Amino acid sequence: MSGRPTSRATPRAGAAATGRRAARAASRVAGALKEEDVRALLAHFEAERRRTTRRGAAGAELRRWQDRIIEREIPRGASVLDLGCGNGELLHTLCRLRGVRGQGLELDAAAVMECVERGVPVLQADLDEGLKGFSDNDFDYVVLEETLQTLHRPLRVLREMLRVGRHGIVSFPNFACWQVRWGLALEGRMPVTGRLPYRWHDTPNIHLFTLQDFLDWTKDEGVRVVKAFAFAEGRARPLRPGDNLVAEEALFFVAR
Amino acid sequence: MRYDARVSDDLTIRRKPRPVDPPDSPASVGWTRSRRVRLVDSGNGFRLETGRRFGPIDVEYETYGRLNRRRDNAVLIVHALSGDAHVAGWDADAERAGRAWRARKPGWWDTVIGPGKPIDTRRYHVLCANVLGSCYGTTGPSSVDPKTGRPYGLRFPVVTVGDWVRLQARLLDHLGIERLHAVVGGSLGGQQALEWALAYPGRVRKCLVLAASPRLSAQGLAFNAVGRFSIMSDPQFAGGDYYAGPAPRVGLAAARMLAHITYLSEEGMQQKFGRRLQDKGRPDFNFGIEFEVESYLDYQGRSFVERFDANSYLYITRAMDYYDAAHAWGGGDLVRACRRVRSEMLVVSFSSDWLYPPAHGKEFAMALCRAGKPVTYVNVPSTLGHDAFLVETEPVGRLLRGFLS
Repeated sequence: MSGRPTSRATPRAGAAATGRRAARAASRVAGALKEEDVRALLAHFEAERRRTTRRGAAGAELRRWQDRIIEREIPRGASVLDLGCGNGELLHTLCRLRGVRGQGLELDAAAVMECVERGVPVLQADLDEGLKGFSDNDFDYVVLEETLQTLHRPLRVLREMLRVGRHGIVSFPNFACWQVRWGLALEGRMPVTGRLPYRWHDTPNIHLFTLQDFLDWTKDEGVRVVKAFAFAEGRARPLRPGDNLVAEEALFFVAR
Repeated sequence: MRYDARVSDDLTIRRKPRPVDPPDSPASVGWTRSRRVRLVDSGNGFRLETGRRFGPIDVEYETYGRLNRRRDNAVLIVHALSGDAHVAGWDADAERAGRAWRARKPGWWDTVIGPGKPIDTRRYHVLCANVLGSCYGTTGPSSVDPKTGRPYGLRFPVVTVGDWVRLQARLLDHLGIERLHAVVGGSLGGQQALEWALAYPGRVRKCLVLAASPRLSAQGLAFNAVGRFSIMSDPQFAGGDYYAGPAPRVGLAAARMLAHITYLSEEGMQQKFGRRLQDKGRPDFNFGIEFEVESYLDYQGRSFVERFDANSYLYITRAMDYYDAAHAWGGGDLVRACRRVRSEMLVVSFSSDWLYPPAHGKEFAMALCRAGKPVTYVNVPSTLGHDAFLVETEPVGRLLRGFLS
């Protein structure tokens, strides 16, 4: 399973169709709101999301909001292991701007090739096979962006992250955000949104969970939340109470 | 064993015809001439890993592409068991030097080396040297011992991968190249590339290890042992002093046939030959060549004895057996050995390679990672077995190009 599937491929046409479907459904139920208004609202969110990201070096892909926070938060000269590093864009930037010692891990052959071409060290390996080759505290930071929900054994990987690294950085789509709830409640179908662009049968996301689920886990496991951010209402900002309803995605800095 | 000329050359390329760049192609380095230099004279000699001193030593090497003014664009290619310094282009001296097989095809890695190719000779100064103990111009058991006037035979000293690399370093000193942009090798060449990164960490910027691992497995040792047994039990072997008479051709051919099985994969062999009969509709019910795969091995064995020396086969497989990077540089601890590395490392394995299996390549990459070294490990999907490092030109070419730049 390749890393970051939710952000790697964003089938715009599919998202637009879903937007239209959601808008129709919403106007049917809400009555008061015109279909056009709802569509405009959704378009506004999408435009806001795009505004907050910029085009990556490859030109084709949108840069993730998480990357910019991670680039800001990771201290100069740190060592970083990026699990499911995709085409290596984050590590490339971290190495260039922050002088970190970066190491990627990725399974997808095409993404690995891109890493090689941009000079990012990457190990082609399956995260679900674990991190048993690494020793304790090999890295200052272990990053897992938009991948946790694709893993067969997500908790094992989380625990391994916090063994191999002093800090874990985890981001994931929040299945409890209002767009998802709305789609599910009103349409009665598995929601397809900009952040969750797949249909039920072709999604790599096999362990969907919510922001609250993750917070519960940190409590149960005694994991410390060092910092947390949310992507909500079209922009990235520090996590706030009530974000379980409004945050489309969350980003956590955790430690043992 | 029969040595008729019934089997054509194309058998080996039947399923995947590989286009060859002729000498006048803009993608070829063109006609090449190998050079030979006496790096060690007979006086003090070259101190071998075994402690013995040996000399004189001549080294045959080839170069393509210009060395730039800063002398920092050299890429050293290190060859495998049966390889030579003629890595790209067409040997202008093939017939004259008694190497007729070279007139029929370009150097052994011509697919990736040349103008515009992944190892671009417009950008890099590419060099390759034949290893000590081989039979392609560098001093080996078939060379004449100046003390006796006869070929060394088994009086030639046992040599190691470490010796080869130290001798290559001497060649670079001779050529005035302090630091390599990269060292690249596959199989036994991959082990030399790794040895470069360990023995001369300051002299290698990038190190590319293909289809190799820091040591050969027990299974690999076993195959080498049977190959040597086959050579040494050939009645014509004569204790290694066969140069005046017939060579131990059958023994060497059998060793090569056995080795060739380890270079392919079960799946690859099935795809390439299946159970097809060789040029016939029904079996002859005898012990001649019945199946295509038999014919292939027969061809491999036969063509090999035309171009390789049996004693060299013994010495080179022994060097391959002895190599153990963890033992040599880390007291048995591979992670400790890897701490020496200062080069950027690329480790490539091939999914169906069972001589140097992917698990071993990955284990090596993990050891580098645990030693705190940035490393890239790629497992290329292929049905072509160990041979894939030479044949999977497309993915290997992309990796080479991407990693070198």
